[in-house]
Amino acid sequence: MSWTVALPEVVLAVGTMALLMLGVFRGNQSTTLVAILSAVLVVIVLGLSVFGQTGEAFGGLFVENGITAFVKILTLVGSAVGIIMAMDFFRREGMQRFEYPLLMLTATLGMMLMVSANDFIALYMGIELQSLSLYVLAAFRRDSLRSTEAGLKYFVLGALSSGMLLYGCSLVYGFSGFTGFDAVANALNSGEGVPLGVAAGIVFVVAGLAFKISAVPFHMWTPDVYEGAPTPITAFFAVAPKIAAMAMVIRVLYGPFGNMVDVWQQVIIFISLASMILGAFAAVAQTSIKRLMAYSSIGHVGYALVGVAAGTQAGVSGVLIYFALYLFMNVGTFACILSMRRGGRMVESIDDLAGLSRSHPLMAAALAAFMFSMAGVPPLAGFWGKLYVFQAAVGSELYVLAVVGVLSSVISCFYYLRIIKLMYFDDSVEALDRNIGGEMKAILLACSAVILLFIFVPGPIAGPATAAAASLFGG
Amino acid sequence: MTGVPLLSLTIFLPLIGALFILFVRGDAETVARNARHVALWTTAITFVVSLFLWFGFEPGTADFQFVEEVPWFPEFNIAYRVGIDGISLFFVLLSTFLTPICILASWESIQTRVKEYMIAFLVLETFMVGMFCALDFFAFYVFFEGVLIPMFLIIGVWGGGNRIYAAFKFFLYTFLGSVLMLVAILAIYWEVGDASVVNALAHGFSPEMQTWLWLAFFASFAVKMPMWPVHTWLPDAHVEAPTAGSVILAGVLLKMGGYGFLRFSIPMFPEASADFAPLVYTLSCIAVVYTSLVALAQEDMKKLIAYSSVAHMGFVTIGLFTLNVQGIEGAMFQMLSHGVVSGALFLCVGVVYDRLHTRDISRYGGLVHRMPKYALVFMIFTMASVGLPGTSGFVGEFLVVAGAFQDNTWVAAIAATGLILGAAYMLYLYRRVIFGKLEKDDLKAMMDLNWREIGILAPLVLIVIWMGVYPSSFLDLIHPSVDAIVTQTNLALEAAAARVPETAAAASGAH
Repeated sequence: MSWTVALPEVVLAVGTMALLMLGVFRGNQSTTLVAILSAVLVVIVLGLSVFGQTGEAFGGLFVENGITAFVKILTLVGSAVGIIMAMDFFRREGMQRFEYPLLMLTATLGMMLMVSANDFIALYMGIELQSLSLYVLAAFRRDSLRSTEAGLKYFVLGALSSGMLLYGCSLVYGFSGFTGFDAVANALNSGEGVPLGVAAGIVFVVAGLAFKISAVPFHMWTPDVYEGAPTPITAFFAVAPKIAAMAMVIRVLYGPFGNMVDVWQQVIIFISLASMILGAFAAVAQTSIKRLMAYSSIGHVGYALVGVAAGTQAGVSGVLIYFALYLFMNVGTFACILSMRRGGRMVESIDDLAGLSRSHPLMAAALAAFMFSMAGVPPLAGFWGKLYVFQAAVGSELYVLAVVGVLSSVISCFYYLRIIKLMYFDDSVEALDRNIGGEMKAILLACSAVILLFIFVPGPIAGPATAAAASLFGG
Repeated sequence: MTGVPLLSLTIFLPLIGALFILFVRGDAETVARNARHVALWTTAITFVVSLFLWFGFEPGTADFQFVEEVPWFPEFNIAYRVGIDGISLFFVLLSTFLTPICILASWESIQTRVKEYMIAFLVLETFMVGMFCALDFFAFYVFFEGVLIPMFLIIGVWGGGNRIYAAFKFFLYTFLGSVLMLVAILAIYWEVGDASVVNALAHGFSPEMQTWLWLAFFASFAVKMPMWPVHTWLPDAHVEAPTAGSVILAGVLLKMGGYGFLRFSIPMFPEASADFAPLVYTLSCIAVVYTSLVALAQEDMKKLIAYSSVAHMGFVTIGLFTLNVQGIEGAMFQMLSHGVVSGALFLCVGVVYDRLHTRDISRYGGLVHRMPKYALVFMIFTMASVGLPGTSGFVGEFLVVAGAFQDNTWVAAIAATGLILGAAYMLYLYRRVIFGKLEKDDLKAMMDLNWREIGILAPLVLIVIWMGVYPSSFLDLIHPSVDAIVTQTNLALEAAAARVPETAAAASGAH
């Protein structure tokens, strides 16, 4: 018995409440302080996670192992960067309310809990904690119609998916008699064949989870929420919750349902194919860069699911590497989007990027690198992410999935190239503001460094990811 | 062998030069001047370094030389493995030789964003050389596809009027072909157990697997080659690219497909190659005749040379799939010769384009009166393209036709018609541009070649004549590697032929 396994979560929870007190008593003039302290808190928790222990806590409801630690570190990096990017934005936009960093903290806490959940009840609790915080964040610009609409849409559809998830969990519980992951796995292994109820339960659970990772056909909320939410919140949505939810998908499918690959594999293959194809085609016609990023993220989830569908250790490590690189590509791209201002006002149409290579050569070069990387053009990092998941799929003889995947990546190339075309081949109508702020510069620099250095030194990301995947398979 | 990693030095020197240019600061004029000089010196030094590869190359062996291996993705058994044999050596030299020429050719014609231009060219050189040296499938794929990024930018930023369409078409077309090869590479990786090309070459693939893998590789190489009917990206890309971009496209990038066939498809999948040879012959024969006729009708100089490239690449594919020594050596030689000659022809077009800013053939005529030196140089390359004995073009075409004749007389006959048509469209082009009366006013003020242009074209003339008069200095190094491939392929085919009656006997015995 050691609650210290959950020390990072405990510190985050207590720290969030302390900051809430600070905010409540000092009011909105403390926003900057709260935000800075929040970022510091996340960094502390990040440190605790890096050097954390592994094991179980709270009677087996909570587990910490290689894969949970790896995903938590990614999530926390995403959260920390999200808070830092949001600070500058909310200051400029005059939305200095102290709740946003706190909501990001509670969302992060929820993500950490759901990643570590070892029981369907604990899982649900973690999901709801993060979802409720995210609903509010989506509607944070409360006097904007688009933002409130995004929040409401997200809430209604999210509640529906939570219901499906819960229903699936109850079916699994009803047919196996347990809610704990290990107990469910044991109960389902002993019997002969999979009871139909469990199979139906798995489908409902997967449907609920697919909503959280915005996989087709549960993606409808994504473009609207991405577009309506304040941009730094969109950046946050695009990375941290996605990574956490994908880790949850892996933990649920490979944990309690680990011996039923045949049952869920076809479902995952279907949503993976649908996500890749839709992500590739739907993004072509977008004019808002935030909507484009939404469809691109749907596509990326499809590629990551290729690795999940493989059902092997190689597949899981592929997904982890994919999402580690996705984190940096996405954060970098959103740092560019957040820097798109003209006369102090945010612009978010793709055409506003025209001629960027002349006015902001370095930012254009960085964004071009992210775009080529997301398109999966070698030698940039995104290519290796795709390579890892596709090699797992080919290893599991899922050739059709691999072929459709690479073909849709060619289609998706078109819209990534379009951004590069705008920046490099076209002349600008009116240049964007020159000064993009120190934080953004640092984030851009760090993300492009990761994307470029990964080509030469893949070890620091690929090594831990492989080890994390091995931990899931009892290695 | 010395301890100097010569190959890696050749591959990565340009990249270091590119990094150096990245940090050049100052006003626009200084930056442009410094970028040009750094790029020129870097590529010149790279060429000198690559010459040491030639001098140090051990003739008479088909093994890979200058091999280096560094773990890259150890979790997945992917390593940075490089090495060269007789097949890759001259492609490396071709790349390192053409790049400084391209830099010089862009000296005055590129005036905007010089820094970015030079960086793109240096990065391009790294990818090109790396691709010809890679002995790891993933390293190969990375270099193979990485070429697209700088080339996309070169066409798109510094190209002509329709550059955006051409750049997108070039990128998406070739990328589409190549991703299928990636899936095939992954299948090979799981079959062989690692990504080493050497191991895969020694691995015997089952006939069914060979068929599928061959088709996937074919999709990629046929587009790069480019073979008819997937050649349509080439005329657009050639016409819109700046002169130096066209030179690299024609000189090196088109060789990637042929190199791929020779390095991977034929030795790894000999049975599938033999089975599909009729398909390749058919497509190549159509390419030779059809694109030659199309070239005859062109009004744009660059487009004419682009179509002639497709026709010449048709010869290369015919030669490769004869699967005999003459045919393959002819194809190799034809690729090297075409690399120099078509690059030179694009440079010649660039010379007049820089003066008159049009590629329209009808705007020229009678240049011989104003530009005698130019007329002479242009004639040498025209003759080389036609395949006149004494120039490099003759050796390649002769060997290809000789090789094809042993395998299939009809193919040899059709290829020979291609030679005649080739002479027709090249001489027709030459007559319209160089001969005739000097009537147009704007032509009367044209200056003959300046020293920079002579400096660019003179080495090319020398090489074309050297290759034509004494081809042994190249073929002697190529021969052992080609011989090994042909021997290995024939052994595999004999084994397959012996296996077929056996299985038939086994099947009838079971009944």
